[in-house]
Amino acid sequence: MSLLTVEIAAAGYGPATVLHEVGFEVATGGRLVVLGANGAGKTTLLRTISGLTTVDGSIRLDGTELVGLAPHRIAGAGIAHVPQGRGTFGDLTVRENLLVGGATRPGRAAAADADRWMERFPRLGERAARPAAGLSGGEQQLLAIARALMSTPRLLLLDEPSLGLAPKVTSELFSTLDELCGETGTAMLLVEQNAELALGIAETALVIESGRITVRGSAAELRDNDDVRRAYLGV
Amino acid sequence: MLLQQIADGVATGAIYGALALAIVLVYRASRTLNFAQGELALLGAYVSWQLVAWGVPLWTALAISMIALGALSAASERVLVRPLVRRHQPLPLIIVTLGLMIALNAVIGWAWTYQTKEVPALFGEGAVTVAGIALSRQDLGIAATVLVVAIGLGLLFERTRAGLRMRAAISAPESAELSGISTGRTMTAGWAIAGAVGALAGTLIAPELFLHPGMMAPVLLYAFAAATLGGLESPPGALVGGIAVGVVENLAGSYLPHGSDFKQVVALVIIVAVLLVRPQGMFGRREVVRV
Repeated sequence: MSLLTVEIAAAGYGPATVLHEVGFEVATGGRLVVLGANGAGKTTLLRTISGLTTVDGSIRLDGTELVGLAPHRIAGAGIAHVPQGRGTFGDLTVRENLLVGGATRPGRAAAADADRWMERFPRLGERAARPAAGLSGGEQQLLAIARALMSTPRLLLLDEPSLGLAPKVTSELFSTLDELCGETGTAMLLVEQNAELALGIAETALVIESGRITVRGSAAELRDNDDVRRAYLGV
Repeated sequence: MLLQQIADGVATGAIYGALALAIVLVYRASRTLNFAQGELALLGAYVSWQLVAWGVPLWTALAISMIALGALSAASERVLVRPLVRRHQPLPLIIVTLGLMIALNAVIGWAWTYQTKEVPALFGEGAVTVAGIALSRQDLGIAATVLVVAIGLGLLFERTRAGLRMRAAISAPESAELSGISTGRTMTAGWAIAGAVGALAGTLIAPELFLHPGMMAPVLLYAFAAATLGGLESPPGALVGGIAVGVVENLAGSYLPHGSDFKQVVALVIIVAVLLVRPQGMFGRREVVRV
């Protein structure tokens, strides 16, 4: 049974259509990575799922139609979205950032969970009462992921988490991500430029070019695909 | 003498601060200046006056007026402002609030005439003398009321989940929306609180200035000066800015030759000086971005 079913005829911003005929599924607890060059429409795809674009088509989470819902309702339905640039609330404290992530849950459960995240990531715990703008890029990305998981989502959308991070920080981040989604059983839809790492933690993969899906298959198949290797793996 | 002048300025300044606070709350919610803020406060003062004239106790009248103006302010956000904010049209938005200002003023003049009305003081007559300075009960009461409201709002924003939602929506609207927070609802809440605080300011200042349709025009100017001075995004800044403007205004009125004619010029001088020297105001922060 698939968790997310995407059948987009067209999506974009007002008169500008970015995505054409994009259809795929994400299984319950599954992991899909979307590869593609800059401007291919990867970010637009995630924003479309979250209700931030105009869309013609159908997007269903566990059978519930999401098209037409406001973004906060889609979030409430069980989709957490870590936007490109991390979407940190810079003037709020680290702890408050986590609590905002749990805004849709009962207060006490959210507070207990925030404490748990800060124990798990001591670098966040140490800075609990400081403005989140003062965190390093890697710490902010960690905070963004913890914030997203605070809502106990069924599906986590991640928009280029590696952007602006040093290679070592990125690979640490990906193994943390792998671990967290494994523990919680959260499904993941990951958009990345760093194909090597992304394919490493994904099960299935897509390539988007100019707003259309051009290649699809298992992560292993894509890693062996010559076109994909040349374009995205740099070999 | 000097201390007396300063003390006299603090109470009016607290009212400017309250109105400035309303301006700041709206600015934070919708990134616009609400030029109708003064007339909404004026309408609040008239509602209070009318209820008192009908025999409602003064404090009950004030509470009803604050609720009514909060609702009206929220409704104007929902109907007039939201569509323009969503379409990112800042200039039409300012014209809409200017139009609302003129329309409200005309409606008030039509409903209550342009004749001056006397409003009973909320805190009674008489004065208390402390260390040679005479503090009227009215001034003390005003300062205390504004302080209580300020502390209440501070607790709402800093200590409650609703307050956290509102701050998150102001800090990064899209992220807030993606976290399941309805930014539309937090925007409306900001306007509702601003409307209620404005009604309080109008009712508090009415006994000092006498109630007539032109009453709030100079007060709005002082409130804008206060909000600019404090930093347009800072609620504590608005209050401190208000008191500073009230004190400076009062000193200018007493010590400058022809001072009482120049009082409003003081507000403009403050606005221009702040914008030139420190555009983010006393409490505003420059945006620091780190990637």
